[in-house]
Amino acid sequence: MTATSNRQYRLGIDVGGTNTDAVILDDELRVIGSVKSPTTENSGDGIATAIDEVLARTGVIPESIGHVMLGTTHCTNAIVQRRGLSRVGVLRIGGPATTAVPPLEGWPADLRDAIGAHDVIVRGGYEVDGRMIAPLDEQEVRAACERMAGEVDSVAVVGVFSPSNTEQELRVAEIASEVLGVPVSCSHAVGTIGLLERENATVLNAALQRTLGEMVRGFIRALEQRGIEATPFLGQNDGTLMRLEYALEFPVFTIGCGPTNSIRGAAHLSGLANALVVDIGGTTTDIGVLIDGFPRQSAHAVEIGGIRTNFRMPDVLSVGLGGGTIVRERGVDGTGQLTVGPDSVGYRLTSEAFAFGGDTLTATDIALALGTAEIEGTRQVTLEPELVSKADQAIRALLEESIDRMKPNANPVPVVLVGGGGVIAPDSLDGVSELIRPDHFGAANAVGAALGEVAGYFEKIYQNVSDRAEARRGAGLEAVERAVAAGAQRETVEVVSVEEIPVAYTDGQAVQIKARAVGKLGH
Amino acid sequence: MIDVEHVDEIALGAAVLGTGGGGDPHIGSLIAKRLIAREGAVRMIGIEQLTADDFVLPIGGIGAPSVDVERIMAESEFELAISALERAVGRKATALMPIEVGGGNSMVPLAAAAVTGLPLIDADAMGRAFPEAQMVTFHLAGYGPGATVLVDHHGNEIVSRPVSGEWSERLARVVTVELGGSATMIDYAYDGEVVKECAIPGTLTLARRIGQILRGSLDGVRLRDDEKIGALSRELGAVQLFSGKVADLQREFSGGFTRGRALLSGVAEDRGSEFQLDFQNEMLLARRDGELAAVTPDLIAVLDLATGQPITTESLRYGARVAVIAMPCHEKWRTQIGLETAGPQHFGYDVDWVPVEQLAAARAEQEKAQ
Repeated sequence: MTATSNRQYRLGIDVGGTNTDAVILDDELRVIGSVKSPTTENSGDGIATAIDEVLARTGVIPESIGHVMLGTTHCTNAIVQRRGLSRVGVLRIGGPATTAVPPLEGWPADLRDAIGAHDVIVRGGYEVDGRMIAPLDEQEVRAACERMAGEVDSVAVVGVFSPSNTEQELRVAEIASEVLGVPVSCSHAVGTIGLLERENATVLNAALQRTLGEMVRGFIRALEQRGIEATPFLGQNDGTLMRLEYALEFPVFTIGCGPTNSIRGAAHLSGLANALVVDIGGTTTDIGVLIDGFPRQSAHAVEIGGIRTNFRMPDVLSVGLGGGTIVRERGVDGTGQLTVGPDSVGYRLTSEAFAFGGDTLTATDIALALGTAEIEGTRQVTLEPELVSKADQAIRALLEESIDRMKPNANPVPVVLVGGGGVIAPDSLDGVSELIRPDHFGAANAVGAALGEVAGYFEKIYQNVSDRAEARRGAGLEAVERAVAAGAQRETVEVVSVEEIPVAYTDGQAVQIKARAVGKLGH
Repeated sequence: MIDVEHVDEIALGAAVLGTGGGGDPHIGSLIAKRLIAREGAVRMIGIEQLTADDFVLPIGGIGAPSVDVERIMAESEFELAISALERAVGRKATALMPIEVGGGNSMVPLAAAAVTGLPLIDADAMGRAFPEAQMVTFHLAGYGPGATVLVDHHGNEIVSRPVSGEWSERLARVVTVELGGSATMIDYAYDGEVVKECAIPGTLTLARRIGQILRGSLDGVRLRDDEKIGALSRELGAVQLFSGKVADLQREFSGGFTRGRALLSGVAEDRGSEFQLDFQNEMLLARRDGELAAVTPDLIAVLDLATGQPITTESLRYGARVAVIAMPCHEKWRTQIGLETAGPQHFGYDVDWVPVEQLAAARAEQEKAQ
């Protein structure tokens, strides 16, 4: 008997806008069962139901669950819908520099109104070569905090070049905490070089701490009531996990875990490390690229709710094609060629689509008429063969073109189909070597969450580097520490990448080093 | 007039004219929008309206993009640079202009004009982006940098009078390092007649037209994504050189430059062909199946094949599907001194410059013959 034999299962939960999915994986990461249950207003009840169902279906007892992983779009939705966000005071340390772009510049007005209670630029920060822009004026910081008193729930502290030197940021955080007694988010722990993107992410982080805290309470209660004593983890945007306490401090890292989990889950379910993942939902198809087991990252700045951030997010192509996509025989104006989408009946598919007794022709109806799909509870769909064949061609062309746009090279590529709308996809496509519909394909997100390893990321500009190997090693060690802080077992952590970028217009000795380390989950 | 809603259009067009370099105009556009919203729209005037009584200051930023994105400039730098130069030469500025329309330096004069209320000349001294201070049309016409000012966020003013464009570049580089790797700069300040003689006219308007097209509107007509590259090429008189996928990418950072080479394998009508791009911050050399297709100082721009959005040499990545277009540079660069200053040999490439339109015509002949 191994030490893990009585706690060998992983429970993965994905709370989406519509459904809460739960899966159980065994100690060799095989999926032994999955369920789908509606998401509830307070999310805790939906999670509880999903856990009960998956335990019942698999016969796994709560005591044998060793790890619980939660993936959630809760924070993303809070930002997009401007709901449940805290009032944040922003303390930027950078005067007399940086005044050309004050904090929250360029934010959508409604989000700014929801979050931006106070912002101020105090003297301080560092130059690229490590000199201080100005020494910290503690009186100035204290006075700024006093002006915020009672009007902020949380504080974001953002210093120029704080990823290279955290000293001033930490001191300002101390003062803010002392004067205001509210949670403080420091930018050096949230982001990398790029002041505005890091500041935006830090402000969002400060605004989300309470939101995620409330959401997680329901999750914890559901676990406790069922006697599940496993350590809970949350999924983050790069496909790795963080410990619950860490997630509560850095809720912003949960943003974007949805598409990442879907791609990673699809990889696991199909057993492929290099493939395209085509996630067909009710309204859109999201195509991601799996390279060596991880999602290909986007090269562009990522906007969330209209704000530019520097999150590492998967490169996903979203196309307006899903199960509920509306097919129009003579185009939108009723006189032209057949069109497919981009609009959809969405969640009303089961009342409005032809096959469900409605009067709207959808992509799902075409699949049923073709006989490529069978769905319980639908009536017989009989359509003119010419219409069916034209619509089929249009859907095929849209998928083939989108897949071709995302392929890493011209060779035929395997495609893993996941998501509830997958029935509308043809059995074969040009440019695709193999079309795989894995078991449990509907729960790919929850599987992705359950799989995670733990990563740490570190980036800094090093000055007067005489020994570059030493600097690289130092950055690697920092990344390892961050992975351990995020929940990795120290002895399993490996530095997976170290990147060097010399900095122009410095004395030639400065170099920016980025390091990333990944390890296995601790117990 | 340039108002808040025009800034993003100009920034987008400037990124295309940046030919892969010139820095990201994002922060500059935030500064310009904020100051225009506060101070009112900027008046733009054509080069033909200038007289000898005008005194025009080309203003821009110098430094490392990695510093610019972190230690953002102080708002005070615009007015300080202008007043420092005015005091150094004893003459009041009557207008501002961009020194470099490509990339982030398109935005600095816009913000400065908003703060000072000075009009902005619809022209610049490159017509694109280049990495060195002497790579300007004033230099090509035999004019030196004159009184040169660098200022920073502390309020430091450094006034110099370099004897040549090369000296200006050398001195500015050293000073910029001491100022923390980024500074605001004015050089080549001349009266209206000299600017008329030297500057490349209409480049801000051109940038805005490019931006409008890439945002999907051409003279009030909506453009679909797949129509943008064609529309842009017609507008610029550009040649569509290639559509392909990045198949290999070598990139290194040295001496403050992003140097490297990208190999594209053809898609659509270019399937079966290969394309090579050489870059040093900017795209400088393009070859199709080993044959020259475009050479600096002609402009080579890489655009996202699906959306037409410009791609920089730093954000170029393996697997990206891109369109390469090239357009003739301004005739001032197509001279002996122009080619000595910014031709292929200056950048260390052992090839001779051939006009892009001539290379395109030769290729068309070849295709006809086959």
